[in-house]
Amino acid sequence: MITYILRRLLVAIPTILILIVLSFMLMFAAPGGPFNSDKPLPAAVLANIEARYGLDQPYVVQIFNYVKNIVLHFDFGPSFKYRDQTVSGLIAQGFPVTLTYGSWAFAVSTVLGVAIGTVAAIRHNTWLDYLAVGSAIGASVLPNFVLSPILVLVFTIWLGWLPAGGWSNGGWEVVVMPVIALATTYVASIARIMRSSMLEVLGSGFIRTARAKGLPMSRIIWRHAMKPAMLPVLSYLGPAFVGMITGSVVIDIYFSTGGIGQYFVNSALNRDYAVIMGVTILVGVLTILFNLLVDILYAWIDPKIRY
Amino acid sequence: MGDVTTSAPLLEVEDLRVTFRTGDGQVNAVNGVSFALDEGETLAIVGESGSGKSQTAYAAMGLLARNGSATGTVRYRGRNLLELPQRELNGIRSQEIAMIFQDPMTSLNPYMRVSDQMAEVLMLHKGMGKRQAVEEAARMLDAVRIPDARARIGMYPHEFSGGMRQRIMIAMALLCRPKLLIADEPTTALDVTVQAQIMRLLGEIRKDLGTAVILITHDLGVVAGFCERTLVMYGGQIMEEGRTEAIFATPTHPYTLGLLSAVPRIDREDEALLTIAGEPPDMSRLPPGCPFFPRCAFARPENETIRPPLVTLPDGRRRACHVPVEEILARKEAAQ
Repeated sequence: MITYILRRLLVAIPTILILIVLSFMLMFAAPGGPFNSDKPLPAAVLANIEARYGLDQPYVVQIFNYVKNIVLHFDFGPSFKYRDQTVSGLIAQGFPVTLTYGSWAFAVSTVLGVAIGTVAAIRHNTWLDYLAVGSAIGASVLPNFVLSPILVLVFTIWLGWLPAGGWSNGGWEVVVMPVIALATTYVASIARIMRSSMLEVLGSGFIRTARAKGLPMSRIIWRHAMKPAMLPVLSYLGPAFVGMITGSVVIDIYFSTGGIGQYFVNSALNRDYAVIMGVTILVGVLTILFNLLVDILYAWIDPKIRY
Repeated sequence: MGDVTTSAPLLEVEDLRVTFRTGDGQVNAVNGVSFALDEGETLAIVGESGSGKSQTAYAAMGLLARNGSATGTVRYRGRNLLELPQRELNGIRSQEIAMIFQDPMTSLNPYMRVSDQMAEVLMLHKGMGKRQAVEEAARMLDAVRIPDARARIGMYPHEFSGGMRQRIMIAMALLCRPKLLIADEPTTALDVTVQAQIMRLLGEIRKDLGTAVILITHDLGVVAGFCERTLVMYGGQIMEEGRTEAIFATPTHPYTLGLLSAVPRIDREDEALLTIAGEPPDMSRLPPGCPFFPRCAFARPENETIRPPLVTLPDGRRRACHVPVEEILARKEAAQ
């Protein structure tokens, strides 16, 4: 197991390198640059600025320097857009925000999704099942840029319970709406996956054995069905967790939370090369880590899987 | 519970009907089956796949699939199992009636240790503590001759061979010393040599514990040495029922005759294996008459519309067929 984990982490290094090279190629392929604005700069000034950020170097040298700085100094460079800000600084500020509301959204959507999916499967083809499936489809076609204004309308304008946005210290009152807006579609997806996998498990031979043994339904669900039914959900949860804790541009902008979700879109629009790379590497590393965690959990659930 | 009148049968099935709602309409899997079983008795239910033999047992145990429903009565010591509340039925399962299934690969939970799967039965029904339950389970594994049971009980099902897994299933079914064991095709998924071992084991258990056994199978070779009585099903109905030797020696139903001829025999130099021509019936569109009519070598035109009643012969045997017994016996002798 330990050697397996070490091997996986070792393989992650070339994966990240490939990710860096591909991202660089895509960035360079896109027209424009960080300092091309509506009002063109004089050529001499532009050349000076580009030299300052190393953009006048050949692509290969730029990539090499970028990786070298990360490895030697853990330095992801300065932002091209936000002056006096480093990429590390931006992420250090924004990531705790998305990590907070993302983790809550993850917890809420996992618990609710698993519970709804399980109940729907147990009550297969009853009104409860139809209600669960119906609202899951409804929720999955409800994008958060539609849901967020509705939430503000209800909780801020009508009821006056919650502030419309901001983050301040990350108290519960600013976290609630981002969590609901982010979790809703995930609840729906998890519930759908859970329902179909639970249905499959409940139809399997060992559940019939458990019933023939005289076990009450609650025990059959918890002790016999839950683990195997969770397997497909688990492989979805790894990437979903990364998606949630890195936030959402809609939520960060709509609720002015200041999380890193906004950078995924803004940095690309601004050609803020260093920030694009920073958030890309962050997502890449997190994805690798949580996929590894999912695989470890798989081995814990399924005794046939041994590394 | 102790003193039950010996005259009443252990299990009494009356006019059992099982239907399934499917996308293609209603499927009538079991159509009015009645039989009785005494304490310690062994009964074989034989028939092709789709004859309703397994669904008869599932209905009795309340194990039908969600879209299935059963009518009629299944009386176990006087209590109708079909009407029992779930709680009481759970009390009968395992403690009074236990069941083992066809495929030991899928009927044991692959995600749980054998010790946990076995111990939970005793903890639930006998109120034992975990340690005591595992101890008892290991003793039972010993009894079904799993080598090194005490050490291996903590393993997962996939770490055992198919035959060993079926032994585990049997041991698990016997933990509460049930009065009735229903074995649904217990050897079908196993190698021939392992089949013989499992049947021998079941025979010993029956003798040692006095458990009544219902053996559901399509393999007449398995039935011959094991069951006192045999019940032949086709199209969800009983075709013939009686003492096993009698049924084997003098089958009085064309379907039984066909089944027996289809058993390969080493003492005859037949060039080809015999089969019953035709297909099993479509259970959603059963003909009004005899279900075996389209495949029957003795069929007469009127059999297509009139269902033969199940009648009891002087020797206690029951059969459902319009063709006179003599005609079938004559054909059998001619074949030999």
